Amino acid sequence: MKPKFGVVVFPGSNCDYDAYYSVKKILGFDAEFLWHKEQDLKNCDIIILPGGFSYGDYLRTGAIAKFSPILEKVVSFAENGGIVFGICNGFQILLETGLLPGVMLQNESLRFVCKNIYLKIENKDTLFTRGIRKETIRIPIKHGQGNYYTDEDTLKDLIANKQIIFTYSSSDGTVRNKYNPNGSLKNIAGISNKRKNVLGMMPHPENACDPILGKTDGALIFKSIAKYFN
Amino acid sequence: MFKATVIVKRRPKILDPQGKAVEQGAKLLGFNNVKNTRIGKYIEFFVDTIDIEIAEKEVKEYSEKLLSNPIMEDFEFTLTEVNQKEEVK
Repeated sequence: MKPKFGVVVFPGSNCDYDAYYSVKKILGFDAEFLWHKEQDLKNCDIIILPGGFSYGDYLRTGAIAKFSPILEKVVSFAENGGIVFGICNGFQILLETGLLPGVMLQNESLRFVCKNIYLKIENKDTLFTRGIRKETIRIPIKHGQGNYYTDEDTLKDLIANKQIIFTYSSSDGTVRNKYNPNGSLKNIAGISNKRKNVLGMMPHPENACDPILGKTDGALIFKSIAKYFN
Repeated sequence: MFKATVIVKRRPKILDPQGKAVEQGAKLLGFNNVKNTRIGKYIEFFVDTIDIEIAEKEVKEYSEKLLSNPIMEDFEFTLTEVNQKEEVK
């Protein structure tokens, strides 16, 4: 079965077309845009909350997006086991809705970071990562608020339930502070919910799918998701 | 009618990189006694009711659900009764 990806478009989203293009034109899956004011998920199998600056990042990143009409449907979709994938601002929105725990603080450096980084796959047994044979993948980050924070108890839960999916690392998978681009707790780059059907990550796999860009590791995540439907 | 002012502050344990950067500026200006600069948000609005209990409830819920994120922020608010004319000003 060819899965259908739905890409939510908020005012201020700017990676929505990148996600749509990579999933549909490069990888050949079905994809459709979902306008934030609608409440119809159009029978999509996977919902992508894309990167950008939804509602101008006013108040806090993702704070206003969580009250948009489509989010109500996305939250119940996720609660019923539907696959939801938040990338960058999409991750920040998932944190605000409470589908994922924690918050995103400003980067420790106070700088917007835009570069290619390596991610260690911390949990290979999720529908998002099962198809990845490598220890690390190389994809870009571009954010000013990617400094993941949560309280100690929640962190313990994340570790115990294997919810930490990606960490910032060296190319051979060494996780050290010097590979941490934003001050994120435990080098966290991506986490899932307990049920492992909701993933949020700061790096941008959709910007590492088209071979013309010189890196294609991001495609491994989308292909993993698609495999789940075979 | 009430005028509400809400102050949203980062919780004491949470890192405030912006406050830290501003404090570096204070040091450069020679304000050597300045310590622990923390940057928060100040939000003001009117609540159109004559019942202070209703006003308090609404401001509290607005602050909890939208204006602050309880994981990293605390808030405090004040309510001042105003008449319609003052609002127009």
